[in-house]
Amino acid sequence: MTTQGRPSKLIKGATGDWEVVIGMEVHAQVVSKAKLFSGAAAEFGGAPNSHVSLVDAAMPGMLPVINEECVAQAVRSGLGLKAKINLRSHFDRKNYFYPDLPQGYQISQYKNPLVGEGTVSVDVSPSERIEVGIERLHLEQDAGKSLHDQSATESFVDLNRAGVGLMEIVSKPDMRSAEEAKAYITKLRTILRYLGTCDGNMEQGSLRADVNVSVRRPGEPLGTRCEIKNVNSIRFIGQAIETEARRQIGVLEDGGVIDQETRLFDPNRGETRSMRSKEEAHDYRYFPDPDLLPLELDQAYVDALAAALPELPDAKKARFIATHGLPAYDASVLVADKETADYFEAAVAHGARSRDPKAVANWIMGDVAAYANSVGLSVPQTHLKPAQIAALVDLIAAGTISGKIAKDLLVILIEEDKDGDPAAIVEARGLKQVTDRGAIEAAVDAIIAANPDKVAQAKAKPSMLGWFVGQVMKSTGGKANPQAVNDLLKGKLGI
Amino acid sequence: MTDVTELTLAAARAALVKREISAVELARAQIAALEAARVLNCYISETPEQALAAAASSDARLKRGEARPLEGIPLGIKDLYCTKGVKTTAGSRILENFVPTYESTVTANLWRDGAVMLGKLNLDEFAMGSSNETSYFGPVISPWRRPGSNVKLVPGGSSGGSAAAVAARLCYGATATDTGGSIRQPAAFTGTVGIKPTYGRCSRWGIVAFASSLDQAGPIARSVCDAAILLRSMAGHDPRDSTSVDRPVPDYMAAVGTSVRGKVIGIPKEYRLDGMPPEIDKLWGEGVSWLKAAGAKIVEISLPHTRYALPAYYIVAPAEASSNLARYDGVRYGLRVPGKDIIDLYEKTRAAGFGKEVRRRIMIGTYVLSAGYYDAYYVRAQKIRTLIKRDFEAAFAAGVDAILTPATPSAAFGLGEKGSADPVEMYLNDVFTVTVNMAGLPGISVPAGRSAEGLPLALQLIGRAFDEETLFGLASAIEQSAPKIEPPSKWWT
Amino acid sequence: MPVDQAIVRRIAHLARIELAADEVAHLACELNAILAFVEELGAVDVEGVEPMTSVMPMRMKERADVVTEGNIADAIVANAPATEDHYFIVPKVVE
Ligand SMILES: [Mg+2]
Ligand SMILES: [Zn+2]
Repeated sequence: MTTQGRPSKLIKGATGDWEVVIGMEVHAQVVSKAKLFSGAAAEFGGAPNSHVSLVDAAMPGMLPVINEECVAQAVRSGLGLKAKINLRSHFDRKNYFYPDLPQGYQISQYKNPLVGEGTVSVDVSPSERIEVGIERLHLEQDAGKSLHDQSATESFVDLNRAGVGLMEIVSKPDMRSAEEAKAYITKLRTILRYLGTCDGNMEQGSLRADVNVSVRRPGEPLGTRCEIKNVNSIRFIGQAIETEARRQIGVLEDGGVIDQETRLFDPNRGETRSMRSKEEAHDYRYFPDPDLLPLELDQAYVDALAAALPELPDAKKARFIATHGLPAYDASVLVADKETADYFEAAVAHGARSRDPKAVANWIMGDVAAYANSVGLSVPQTHLKPAQIAALVDLIAAGTISGKIAKDLLVILIEEDKDGDPAAIVEARGLKQVTDRGAIEAAVDAIIAANPDKVAQAKAKPSMLGWFVGQVMKSTGGKANPQAVNDLLKGKLGI
Repeated sequence: MTDVTELTLAAARAALVKREISAVELARAQIAALEAARVLNCYISETPEQALAAAASSDARLKRGEARPLEGIPLGIKDLYCTKGVKTTAGSRILENFVPTYESTVTANLWRDGAVMLGKLNLDEFAMGSSNETSYFGPVISPWRRPGSNVKLVPGGSSGGSAAAVAARLCYGATATDTGGSIRQPAAFTGTVGIKPTYGRCSRWGIVAFASSLDQAGPIARSVCDAAILLRSMAGHDPRDSTSVDRPVPDYMAAVGTSVRGKVIGIPKEYRLDGMPPEIDKLWGEGVSWLKAAGAKIVEISLPHTRYALPAYYIVAPAEASSNLARYDGVRYGLRVPGKDIIDLYEKTRAAGFGKEVRRRIMIGTYVLSAGYYDAYYVRAQKIRTLIKRDFEAAFAAGVDAILTPATPSAAFGLGEKGSADPVEMYLNDVFTVTVNMAGLPGISVPAGRSAEGLPLALQLIGRAFDEETLFGLASAIEQSAPKIEPPSKWWT
Repeated sequence: MPVDQAIVRRIAHLARIELAADEVAHLACELNAILAFVEELGAVDVEGVEPMTSVMPMRMKERADVVTEGNIADAIVANAPATEDHYFIVPKVVE
């Protein structure tokens, strides 16, 4: 990709165009049973200080021992980001005082991270793909949690989160708009979910983003960046970037300078504000943690993890296009969520029969998705089963029901007969399409007889045909085969 | 038997197994001795009820013929080892009332083998010191005095309580820790035997950390044989310590008294310091002749980076300490001094909770790790550490089995005599011992003679990594050749 | 004198140790004495030398991903200077 300004992404200021440059540091909680350096549960929630070991509470003389699964998860993530796995890395201490940091330091990887440079392909729109570089991925400990709303004068400290494994994933400053940044974090989350290395839950804080934003005139060197801390939804990431870019442009156009600082996005006020209190005297005094040894991995170990990696979204999308014949857009939509992609494939392949993948995709992305959305779920989270979608598509393909009836049938499956078998419902409720030519002809004749004026008009204006089709379908309760209705009407009206 | 407290650990063990004496009698005798010696300030906490209860159950086992390796042996524990339900202070005000809910691996190993705890031994605060004068609980007074003088002498440090208690016969042996010489230097000052095993030989889990890459547990004992018996129980792999080494623990006692014929002993010329007292030089020469007489071969060797070990240590150790001691912040345990906000609370707590020497080292450590200084100080010191280790490796590769040096540059000194004007004066105590920590090697201090003032002096033997057995063999040869140092007279009773 | 009083104050704040006004000058002297003592390290040729990371060359062992600890909140707060409902209590921290 190009690092020059892409013309379409420039922001118009009072004094000319500006380019916004965005990089992201994402903290992704590792999916594991136990914490990074202790045997306490990594599980979310729990009574205060119940998921805490003596190590997590930094009791005197306690020592860290690394969790092998956290290492494996980080390696898997690195492989999924097409990144270099460093066979030798080490852990450093990042020293600072904070009540939710029991050791007085965070064990992190500063100098030699486990994962080096990689890349993520991001579809910004159906027609635009960018490559975002990954600078590094490293393992580190999460901090505990301080509650400030329990008392006017005190904070309450709970260490359940303290020591949970995090992957810090640092991108290169390769994004040029809020849209690109949102697409990047969405894609990153998708990849991690596919890998099963992070659940991607932003509300619970399993995925948190720090966004670095700077602006510059197109073609000029990078401007001074500000880091917006802990933005906790994809929507807010977009808003925070736009707000911050506008602020910086405003400052610069007024002849001011940007201070490199940490800022906080306030979604209620739609502004970012400086966190100067946190800036004070940052000197983390990183040094290698003497309680740990270098982390050494064998290539064979990495190769084995690579071989066991699941199919990732880009590969799945390519396969959906190649083997299911889906348009690129449909494939992108379906693979964005692994469960939805699996759902689609289950529906396509249900019952050892093949059916048109495009028809299945249309239903999943259309009416089924609309319903899922309306109840705040993803398609696979709804009660609708891939088998039901398969049956629906089969009934249409066999000419048993029309598309119109199929929509009604879906409503029945949604509202009334949740576990119902679509074929049985069609049978029981008499929804079967009428293909008996005699019956259809009778209905056609009745409509023609009742509307002599319209018949006359139709001779001059063949587009009237649609009106007649509608009337016949209405009179048959939608069950008449539309093709047969069409053919008969054309003949009888002479058009 | 006249006074059971005069027995070595090995002899007490034999007497227990033969049931010539009971564990309860042994414990009672030691409790009486330590209670009579409170003026020495060796123990921060005494646990007599616990000792008697443990001794009673040891007696039951002894009766059944199920004695474990340390069955019924009363020991003192350096108050840096966390002991479940027993206050563990690290000699600091900041942990004055800290009661661990867990037991350190090394002490757990001792209790597994049947040992009995008499109490927790005084030490320099957070093990930072070479005279035991930095303890919040007051200095330990050495049981040794210059003949005809009642000037109070230091027992050395930081394991001063351990060394003094063993020398004064207030326990049969003690646990200690050594970061720059804190086992070997006090052992040398008190006429006892102290071994710092190879880094990784003993678990650090549950021992309050000073400098993680240098700290190592070890025993202080009345004889080489006793030290071997104790180390065997203390050592071993611990999956809870990532730096603990997974290899079997040999029967160290079997190495005691073995022939040293043919062993090659290196004499490092760089240890011959300018201004070294002649009596130290003389002692060293005697050590050489004893080992030669026992059949060892003596070779001169060079350890060219020796002189840099102590300065490099005074970067690495404080740096690690500044980070290790960050957890003492008044939030989860220990002293809290209220403040107007959290930062004020931290600053007041740590100012009041840490003594002068600890604060000084935290400051130095913070400085050498801070932005702009890290490479010039910390990284450089760690590179020099690599060079120090290479010096030893070259010597061992050339066929040297062990290295003989003095243990300390002088005999014990008086309380308040050193370091009050210049902290570096005190640091020089560790000049012969600190290289060993920097290289992670085992070192043993063994009594070898007396100073002109009649105070104990010792020699140090340095071995290959995980070759403590050779050290026990050589140390017992010195022990047998050297004039016997009688225990100090019990002026405190 | 590499360490002046301003540096002493900055370092003390980084280390979260309150200094009495009359301690600063004295501490600066002591720190300078220690730094003078370590100054000779600058003379050592360390070109191409790896800084030591682990004194005993060995491979780091890893723990299995099994929950083996926890549910000891009583023990976790047993020594706490201020605690409520198993939380540690500190003066209000403003973000
Ligand atoms: Mg960061
Ligand atoms: Zn981070």
